[in-house]
Amino acid sequence: MKPAPFEYRAPTSVDEALPLLGLDSAVLAGGQSLVPLLNLRLARPEVVVDINGIDELAYISTDGGTLRLGALTRQSAIERSELVSDGWPLLHKAVRLVGHPQIRARGTVGGSVAHADPAAELPVALTVLDARYRLRSAGGERVVGSAEFFRGPLETAREPDELLVEIEVPALPEGAGSGFAEHARTHGDFATAGAAALVAPGRAAVALLGAGPAPVRAEAAERALADGAEPREAAALAAQEVEDEHRRALCSELARRAIEEALP
Amino acid sequence: MRISVEINGRACEGDVEPRTLLSDFIRHGAGLTGTKVGCEQGVCGACTVQLDGEPVRSCLMLAVQANGRELRTVEGLAADGELHPLQRAFHEAHALQCGFCTPGFLMSMEGYLREHPDAGEEDLREALAGNLCRCTGYLGIVEAVENAAREMRGEDVEGD
Repeated sequence: MKPAPFEYRAPTSVDEALPLLGLDSAVLAGGQSLVPLLNLRLARPEVVVDINGIDELAYISTDGGTLRLGALTRQSAIERSELVSDGWPLLHKAVRLVGHPQIRARGTVGGSVAHADPAAELPVALTVLDARYRLRSAGGERVVGSAEFFRGPLETAREPDELLVEIEVPALPEGAGSGFAEHARTHGDFATAGAAALVAPGRAAVALLGAGPAPVRAEAAERALADGAEPREAAALAAQEVEDEHRRALCSELARRAIEEALP
Repeated sequence: MRISVEINGRACEGDVEPRTLLSDFIRHGAGLTGTKVGCEQGVCGACTVQLDGEPVRSCLMLAVQANGRELRTVEGLAADGELHPLQRAFHEAHALQCGFCTPGFLMSMEGYLREHPDAGEEDLREALAGNLCRCTGYLGIVEAVENAAREMRGEDVEGD
């Protein structure tokens, strides 16, 4: 099918974009999720605000140890960035599992985060990394943490008049290792389940994909790991809240793999 | 809206609605029907073209977004009547039957091999995962891409 008619706006700066945002508009970034929804007419916005011309939103930089990703940064740029693979290898591992190269050439990190598909890899990796999300509207700016940002399937803390402009990822703790594991029917397909883990001396973070409506932090597993639990034991704790038996088994095994990969 | 795109080295202008997909502009506006339209959801890869040298799904872009950019479609692969090594390898390894998916495979893999000339079989299989073929069972496609990669590296390709 083809999209229903819409008004097309292509601002070239954030300031120009903000007044265009609202209940009847949709933000078009990489288009790898929005355009299928337009084509299927599951989304019928009156206005499409194409942010691809806003060059100020495409960057990868660091600042005092914090990684700053402009919302329009392509997934392929993150995949190719040595700054990311050296400093935040978990993001590199996760982004390689997003769709296919043809998807990552257009898809953006901000789009993946703002779309909040429960099967998406980047929100889970960013949740484990304690990322924060910078939202700007005509009225001002606010920064929201992962737990507050991801609310449910395709649902985030972003208000209709807000634009996600930047993702901040804090520096990893000293001696940290990370792992990401997922199960998909074919490579690049939507994952049925997955897990991301970050393990450092005295500190651990684990999050699951496909275990709930949004990325789920496995706090019991994190405490157990920080107290020196074995990966298998911690993974079982991570998956214990998952209701569906098949997904629980998958989450437990994938969490074990992610944790083992993260261990030094 | 008036757009101007360079396709396979030739300037191409047209009037499009904002909702016109790039895939439809390529086929109906520019008349280049080598690019196929399959699922229109970004799953099948039949509509893959290169945007400024990088493989992308043309059904997931609006035509207006290609304004001022360079596109390459399957019609731009063969140079001076000579098939591209990938095209020749697909022909020789029986990597197509109905051929509907072939342009997408070719445009994906030409971009991939340019960036990863030394990719091994496992990498190639992963790279091929973004294009669906419902005829061949993929074995011929994997073989063709391996043969083309060898030829493009300047190595001898063994005949059957």
